[in-house]
Amino acid sequence: MTKLTNLTMADARKALAAKEFTAVELVDAHIKQAEKAKPLNAFVTETFDLAREQAKASDVRIAKGEAGAMEGLPIGMKDLFCTEGVRTTACSKILSNFVPPYESTVSGNLKKAGAVTIGKTALDEFAMGSSNMTSAFGNVENPWKRKSDPSVKLVPGGSSGGSASAIASRSVMAATGTDTGGSIRQPAAFCGIVGIKPTYGRCSRWGVVAFASSLDQAGPMTRSVRDAAIMLGAMAGHDPKDSTSAPMPVPNFEAALTGDIRGLKVGIPKEYRPDGLSAEVQALWDNGIAMLKDAGATPVEISLPHTKYALATYYIIAPAECSSNLARYDGLRYGVRVEGKTLDEMYSKSRAAGFGKEVRRRILVGTYVLSAGYYDAYYAKAQKVRRLIADDFAKAFQTVDVILTPTAPSAAFGMGETDDNPVTMWLNDVFTIPTSMAGLPGLSLPGGLSADGLPLGLQLIGRPFDEETVLRVADVMEKAVGFNALPAFVEV
Amino acid sequence: MSLDKDTVRTIANLARLEVRDDELDHLAGELSNIMTFVEQLAEVNTDGVQPMTSVAAMDLPRRPDVVTDGNCRDKILANAPEQQDGFFLVPKVVE
Repeated sequence: MTKLTNLTMADARKALAAKEFTAVELVDAHIKQAEKAKPLNAFVTETFDLAREQAKASDVRIAKGEAGAMEGLPIGMKDLFCTEGVRTTACSKILSNFVPPYESTVSGNLKKAGAVTIGKTALDEFAMGSSNMTSAFGNVENPWKRKSDPSVKLVPGGSSGGSASAIASRSVMAATGTDTGGSIRQPAAFCGIVGIKPTYGRCSRWGVVAFASSLDQAGPMTRSVRDAAIMLGAMAGHDPKDSTSAPMPVPNFEAALTGDIRGLKVGIPKEYRPDGLSAEVQALWDNGIAMLKDAGATPVEISLPHTKYALATYYIIAPAECSSNLARYDGLRYGVRVEGKTLDEMYSKSRAAGFGKEVRRRILVGTYVLSAGYYDAYYAKAQKVRRLIADDFAKAFQTVDVILTPTAPSAAFGMGETDDNPVTMWLNDVFTIPTSMAGLPGLSLPGGLSADGLPLGLQLIGRPFDEETVLRVADVMEKAVGFNALPAFVEV
Repeated sequence: MSLDKDTVRTIANLARLEVRDDELDHLAGELSNIMTFVEQLAEVNTDGVQPMTSVAAMDLPRRPDVVTDGNCRDKILANAPEQQDGFFLVPKVVE
């Protein structure tokens, strides 16, 4: 039999129903693996005892025939989702002692579906980063190693890097992520797993620590497309507590995996082939196009002319929203407080002590672009360019059903291999940010290995609220790719 | 666009972020770099384009103006760094 930690959720669910093993056994096997993979630092807070209790309750429900869609399946919860009674840090010093008195809608939905959380997974501080190196709780390591030099510690990507590392190392079967500019898709690509950022509004943002509210969206990270469909169904749904939550029914995403993509038109944007794109990533993309052709889909060249402005637009809008959202950390109602002689001094000292460098940088940029005299030149301008970017996609989707691109311009890089210029780090998200700006669903799946043995991701982008087509195409591609390579820490 | 030390000091004050004097030069350099990068947007023609304030193609929902929550003072105060008699405690603001 396959090791419990190597099963997909779809298979584990069948086996649990057939009483081949218990939820307690399944959860214990993952806790054991999480302990073995502890050097990766994927978890900020472990909740093993709580998980064992929940697993027992799951076994009771399974025995009674009352199993939920994710009953007894061990998952990780990105430490950006508020969890009642369990510390939630956003990997920031300023929230290092915060214990939410409420549960986020998404984590609550997963609990109701029977999922068992074995720990809170690490992220870049307040989800701002692409490497997990801005966390106040230490770097997270990617379980994958370069063939040429296995001693180099690689980043798992970010911001949902703890979730990606935990899934790839088989410490959990799946995990939640959030994606503002690529924070689900880029770490999924770096760690050889599947991640989908759904349409903005598909999953409730209530109880998720806010970064940039017009972009933030929660989604599942898993090891198979079917698992992503299962988990998205459990996470999604209209929530009156989030005014941007879409009042739409949740489709049966699993039913969308028909295996038939004949006649679909797949857009191939020419702007995603910039000069200097690595030959390896180009080849991966071409291979993906060939697979879709073989499956009966038609590739169509499309143009998204404002693509090259997406990054600059993002780095006005996201910091602006971040500076507003993070104004709430004042050392007064929750979080870390540093005393001052006056109220203002207390604010300034608490915030200086509580925020890390990248967060501070973005708050300052955001404050600047929103300040009197600069608002129109920067923020209003960015909002206009954002509309042009969204219009590009809307126009493309008049002729195509789905768009295929690479997820990231490179494989996972080594810790400390980037220079000090923050703009260089931001280039990691060059293929994922436009989708976020337009609020569209985007999925990353493993497309193959680099010559140096590292996973590379392919991205599928869909129409608003058409995650079903994205998942259907991804499922076909997953079978064609047949990705079965394993990282370190994993035994078959 | 290049930001000088005084501008950085002003922004930091607006954001209520204490910044040491010896950090100002470095920060001014970093922020100038970022602003130079985003300034490429100036070349995009946005005449007549409506700013996009939300990607959700929906109107803001309305709800009845009734109390739906409350009576949880202790829960709200549970994370307060300092509290007294059911209130958040702040440094003296009125002389």
